[in-house]
Amino acid sequence: MDRAEVDTKIRSLIEPFNKKGVELSDDTGFANDLEFDSLTVMDFVAEIEDEFDIIISMNQQAEIENFGQLVDAVTKLQDS
Amino acid sequence: MSEGISQPDQPQELEGGPKDLFSKFDDIIALREGLLSQGQEDPFSLVMERVLSPTRAICNGRDTILLGTYNYMGMTFDPDVIEAGKQALADYGTGTTGSRVLNGTYQGHKECEDALREFYDMDHAMVFSTGYQANLGIISTIAGKGDYIVLDIDSHASIWDGCALGNAEVVPFKHNDIDAMEKRLRRIPEGAGKLVILEGVYSMLGDIAPLKEMVAIAKKYGAMVLVDEAHSMGFIGDNGRGVVEQAGVMEDVDFIIGTFSKSVGTVGGFCVSNHPKFEIMRLVCRPYVFTASLPPSVVATAATSIRKLMHGSNKRAHLWENSKRLHGGLSNLGFQLGTDEAQSAIVAVIMPDLEKGAAMWEALLKEGLYVNLARPPATPANMTLLRCSLCAEHSEEEVETILGMFERAGKAVGII
Repeated sequence: MDRAEVDTKIRSLIEPFNKKGVELSDDTGFANDLEFDSLTVMDFVAEIEDEFDIIISMNQQAEIENFGQLVDAVTKLQDS
Repeated sequence: MSEGISQPDQPQELEGGPKDLFSKFDDIIALREGLLSQGQEDPFSLVMERVLSPTRAICNGRDTILLGTYNYMGMTFDPDVIEAGKQALADYGTGTTGSRVLNGTYQGHKECEDALREFYDMDHAMVFSTGYQANLGIISTIAGKGDYIVLDIDSHASIWDGCALGNAEVVPFKHNDIDAMEKRLRRIPEGAGKLVILEGVYSMLGDIAPLKEMVAIAKKYGAMVLVDEAHSMGFIGDNGRGVVEQAGVMEDVDFIIGTFSKSVGTVGGFCVSNHPKFEIMRLVCRPYVFTASLPPSVVATAATSIRKLMHGSNKRAHLWENSKRLHGGLSNLGFQLGTDEAQSAIVAVIMPDLEKGAAMWEALLKEGLYVNLARPPATPANMTLLRCSLCAEHSEEEVETILGMFERAGKAVGII
């Protein structure tokens, strides 16, 4: 999957978690804009991990603050 | 403060003082002040002025039944245990003033480790100064950079801190979810070191892990397995070895971590293992090396208590009866509980919110009952819980008294 396809896929996965319908851009922050708490993060990460068959460890999650960074990380992880 | 900086044209200080490193705690300070301003007794500043027995104390001036300690087997006032402590205090003094690897290993420390080896029927035992340090030390030492730790999301703080200290890749899975655990193990890159960390009893809700299935899967993927049995030692399993014993997976678990501060009735932590190279831990595990060892009286009481727990089957049976009686009774009264049936000596009563939880806690304290108030972030799913932990020394009548207290307090606060 290229970056654009990963972007599209994650947009659809994020929908049920995006309760306020926040407009998504690469700069959308998970904590600040989407207001994800730690439990939501866990469920959301699990969805992505299962969809792409990857692991996003907590160490990696700590580096991912916005939507664009997540798309980049997943694009990279699914190729490795 | 010099006069120069308190001039009238200076900007007003924000409420709560100037911004500094403590500003990050402002939310929690406000939350606490909010609770106390409603006239609540502070749930986190209770003082036990006198302790009468494993199950009774004078708390804030009231004779109180203790239902919120981890004194599961009631060993704290056992005459043999107390005598062993007094003797060690007289023979070896008040403290070791040194690390286990320097001048801090006395005869008592070896005897305590011997008692643990016999209790678990395992080859190696290593005693730490607290249970927290046992998890911190073992986990951070065996799982380092590049290794993977797969663990339950509801793991105890000491486990998370051990993961962070070791700098391993940390991969949590949904609480007690066998499939979620397997998926994560399957995706770990080939050749990477793998450690699965589980707890026998999860202390917030008092539920147990499906260890039979989980340990089998961990082994299938070539992972080492560490199980924290802090809340099950002495009570669960035919010999009190924990959920690992009850599930029949002693042989497949690489490390059991435990504590002396619960059923054993004193303080300290340990790890037992059959790993042939385990003894090297004594030299490479920093939370073991760089701290003073336990005082002689503490290891003497621990060793005596552990040996008595080996023969505690009658007490174990009575504790199960207590746990089932309390669980059934609270359930019948209409309280919402953390588990459908009693799985351990912990019965967690789920509160609608923190305010009601604090009010209920206070109402119970005024009835003469102490339970643990547990609240986010220590609790799963941001729940507020009243955690009841039973003791083998609670009598059947006491459990009935406790149920009466819950009924009155619950009605007064409007929870049932």
